[in-house]
Amino acid sequence: MKFLRQFMIILLLSFLGEVLKMFIPLPIPASVYGLVLMLVCLMTGILKTSQVKDAAFFLIEIMPVMFIPAAAGLIDSWVVLRPLLLPILVITVVITVFVMAVTGRVAQMIAQKRGIKNE
Amino acid sequence: MNEIFRQSLFVGVTISLIAYEIGLFLKKKFGFAILNPLLVSIVIVIIALKTLGISYEVYNASAKYISYLLTPATVCLAVPLYEQLELLKKNMVAVICGILSGTLASLFGIFVLCSLFGFNHQQYVTMLPKSITTAIGIGISEELGGIVTITVAVIIITGILGNVIADTVFRIFKIKNPLAKGLALGTASHAIGTARAIEMGPVEGAMSSLAVAVAGLLTVIFVSGFAQLI
Repeated sequence: MKFLRQFMIILLLSFLGEVLKMFIPLPIPASVYGLVLMLVCLMTGILKTSQVKDAAFFLIEIMPVMFIPAAAGLIDSWVVLRPLLLPILVITVVITVFVMAVTGRVAQMIAQKRGIKNE
Repeated sequence: MNEIFRQSLFVGVTISLIAYEIGLFLKKKFGFAILNPLLVSIVIVIIALKTLGISYEVYNASAKYISYLLTPATVCLAVPLYEQLELLKKNMVAVICGILSGTLASLFGIFVLCSLFGFNHQQYVTMLPKSITTAIGIGISEELGGIVTITVAVIIITGILGNVIADTVFRIFKIKNPLAKGLALGTASHAIGTARAIEMGPVEGAMSSLAVAVAGLLTVIFVSGFAQLI
């Protein structure tokens, strides 16, 4: 029963996220609103971590599997993708490495500087 | 073949789970970065559909029930994030500057490369939301008049690529701080990258989830400015 109750809370927040999405005209998915709602509930103490934790960690653990169906959809978009394949692949590889390096280096530099100052 | 599977509600889910188990097994057995369970399972599913002659539509009619869990799973990312809240507060500046610089690097880099390749406006705006999570990316691509199918494909390729190459990139650029690793994965390769960050550790996972949401929101803010450049 524990799992069922935790799952109920998670689905309720997902639903409230959907409701927010219907009323706010931005291209932001229900899941992001739901994430913010969950965070607010935990921070204000409306929810305790123990009330959602087991189901939450189960869902997070199996998350990679949830991307398989969408990724297998590349079969169908292959026809549209093909004529632009080379430039798209170059852009994707270069930008992914670039963004990862920039974000990581900037965050690391600042975090370390502040870490030293705090000590 | 298609007809037999068309009647089944469970075949797509089953194929996906078996493929993922094989991916996990290969990873455990050989341990190369390229044997990423997600990448391996996607390849296996595609090969299975091709050889068994099952159309994607038939597969997805069943497999969509896995995707159904994606929204609740994303909502749950708030839990590890909450558990790292102290760390987040202490490193607020690093977090914000990291995600902001990464988001701008993505938009600016795409602008530069798209002009080099001579992309037209439609092709350019199709690429712009490539680093962020699919749900936000689709909305942006639609709004700017991009080709949504390609945007989705590019977003997914970005995610898988980030998931696979993260360890190598971190080694080359000497990124060792768990907080920085998580932010980098989430900003560069959204939720699929976050799946890798969670495997690395709790700090990486929490920071990556945060970065997915914040980078998505920042992209919504900046993208219309960048869209006018080509």
